[in-house]
Amino acid sequence: MAFSLKGIHVPHRKNTADMQAARMPAPKTVTLLTTMHIGKPAKPVVNVGDTVSVGTLIAEQDGFISSPVYSSVSGTVKAIADTVISNGKTAPAITIESDGAMTPDESVAAPQINSKEDFIEAVKKSGIVGLGGAGFPTYVKFATDKKIDTLVINGAECEPYITSDSITMVENADDILLAIETADKYFNFEKIVIGIEKNKPSAIAKMKELSAKNNKIQVKVLSSVYPQGGEKVLIYHTVGRTVKVGELPADVGCIVCNSSTMANIGKYLKTGMPLVEKVVTVDGGAVKEPKNVIVAIGTPIGEVFDFCGGFNSDPEKVIYGGPMMGVAVPDLTVPVLKQTNALIAFNKKETKTAKTTACIKCGKCTNSCPFGINPAAIAKAYKNKDAEALEKLGADICMLCGCCAYVCPAKRPLVETNSLAKNMLAAERAKKKEGNA
Amino acid sequence: MENKLHVSLSPHIHSNNSTMRTMLDVIIALVPASVAAVILFGIPALLVIAVCVVSAVAGEALFNLAIKKEQTIGDLSAVVTGLILALNLPANIPLWQAAVGSLFAIIIVKGIFGGLGKNIVNPAIAARVFMLIAFGSMTAAVFPKGLDATSGATPLAELAQDKTLNLMDLFLGKCGGALGETCALALLIGGVYLIVRKVITWHIPVAFIGTTFLFTLALEGGNFETTLAWVLSGGLMIGAFFMATDYVTSPSTVKGKLIFGIGAGVITVLIRFFGGYPEGVSFAILLMNIVNPYIDSLTPRKLFGGKK
Repeated sequence: MAFSLKGIHVPHRKNTADMQAARMPAPKTVTLLTTMHIGKPAKPVVNVGDTVSVGTLIAEQDGFISSPVYSSVSGTVKAIADTVISNGKTAPAITIESDGAMTPDESVAAPQINSKEDFIEAVKKSGIVGLGGAGFPTYVKFATDKKIDTLVINGAECEPYITSDSITMVENADDILLAIETADKYFNFEKIVIGIEKNKPSAIAKMKELSAKNNKIQVKVLSSVYPQGGEKVLIYHTVGRTVKVGELPADVGCIVCNSSTMANIGKYLKTGMPLVEKVVTVDGGAVKEPKNVIVAIGTPIGEVFDFCGGFNSDPEKVIYGGPMMGVAVPDLTVPVLKQTNALIAFNKKETKTAKTTACIKCGKCTNSCPFGINPAAIAKAYKNKDAEALEKLGADICMLCGCCAYVCPAKRPLVETNSLAKNMLAAERAKKKEGNA
Repeated sequence: MENKLHVSLSPHIHSNNSTMRTMLDVIIALVPASVAAVILFGIPALLVIAVCVVSAVAGEALFNLAIKKEQTIGDLSAVVTGLILALNLPANIPLWQAAVGSLFAIIIVKGIFGGLGKNIVNPAIAARVFMLIAFGSMTAAVFPKGLDATSGATPLAELAQDKTLNLMDLFLGKCGGALGETCALALLIGGVYLIVRKVITWHIPVAFIGTTFLFTLALEGGNFETTLAWVLSGGLMIGAFFMATDYVTSPSTVKGKLIFGIGAGVITVLIRFFGGYPEGVSFAILLMNIVNPYIDSLTPRKLFGGKK
């Protein structure tokens, strides 16, 4: 690796570092969306009035890129209704009233793994998706025909505030090891690297214990530069390979999994309990007692905040995930999702941003971009509806990490324009393809 | 409280940096040079600075009013333009000329092109060049008070006549010239402040001054002392640190900045040695401003993972 990719220094604010995750009591009701992953929504397989337990399948996988959903409480199915999800589309959501007992489903048993196919099937059944926030169905990464020689485990956790991955690495190291070793048995990786930013000493120490137990595992300590945990950035900084635009990690022989994803795979292999709960970091200026919480998926986020002492001032903005790439939610009734790794509540002061001025062409956006694209130029090309220029500028390379918008002195909405430009470029390409066909 | 949360696209946090803060940093960086100007040239210097800044800000405010545009004087860019222009003027310039120059910079060079960020050339430079051509008084040498001014020529003119100059005098600004360009020490302090505060990077100033040094050294047959005198004289320091680094009119990437700096250095020396004017810094930056869009489009950063 000749050089490091660019990035920015964001405040760490890891206030909950090394805070043991506290288990939340059973919620009264949970709302489980069928779209807690990238891909096709899962298909509900229960009816209103059905009795379910923790780990009962309530919506099955539908298609290759999809993931099953399991009940996170024991109780009764109250409603199955279309709900507006964060991208503005609607999808069915299953509401379950809890009986408070949290009885596990009888069918829950550790899977028998005797082959690569068994392992992939197990990961598929577990309902595990990329827990770093993206929510890509994890089994799909393993179910590849491409030649895989490297497993990269993402423990970078480069977003401010979030510590759920690092506390999982500390508390569930054995599960991570089990997942790694089971996968390795059938994939026979040449290299297994765990990448962690250097601001997480306890997680680094714990993961180094794993490499002492299994010398194939390497721990790579990375600089604390955002977006270190971006998939392409992590692959480049851990194994020095470049994933080109339009390619997947598998195209360069890599499978990348988040550390919490691996821990949950390990847990599933051990117990057979699918993904029904989640470690979530709860933080932000409006939160009274920032905490790491183990919470049933589907719990309304308002209850999670209540568990953390409630608010010390009215929250002005609440985010699923970190402040750099997280999604702002409309209200506190929305549920915890599979891929929710943090809930951040900002007060009024934290929400306020400086006034947007004209672009002063300082170049800070392009000079902070990990992939070297020029967001100011993209904004201009987008405004001119110039798809050809967007193509040349590599608008499709953007991963929307937000470095450009963070550093911009003029506070231009560069993530917005990049995102719009990406969509426009994709639409333009589809049109061209259609025309050629 | 339901449905009352603020929803916006990520990122949800931003750096403390702002356009206004950036401009404020440039103003702070110009304080040493401004103080040096007042010490060296006295009250007339203070008057020129005041007139330039006030007319720049007032010009922008009135122009915005006239074209019914949102008020932008709060971003402090007009203050920066006025201040830089003032530091490029001689202490004895008639104040009305200073005001006209300032208004020219703000309205003609910046305003009618669309305001901040849209101008093609640096407003202060364009105004200086305009005044050089329009008002003859600009080229006359003005000396700091208490100096023996019998020679009647600026250091650049003297160098052109192969005279030897005291390097320490040049470094401290005890020589003829515009208000803010004479004291290299004060300009260096301000330049270092801008680099430390990450407002600018070292690339343009180092490429500009370095090229000027090397090219001059070659033309002076390797005479180190005379070359240093050339580098410390005229508008090179203020130009390299404060005018060539103007975001709007200089390239964004490292490669572009180096090309810009080298180009400005070469043109400066060519004008100084072979041109009709004693000083070439302003013309050099102005010419590079004009080719800047081409430099910018030819020197993008390498795309990571882009198509071959």
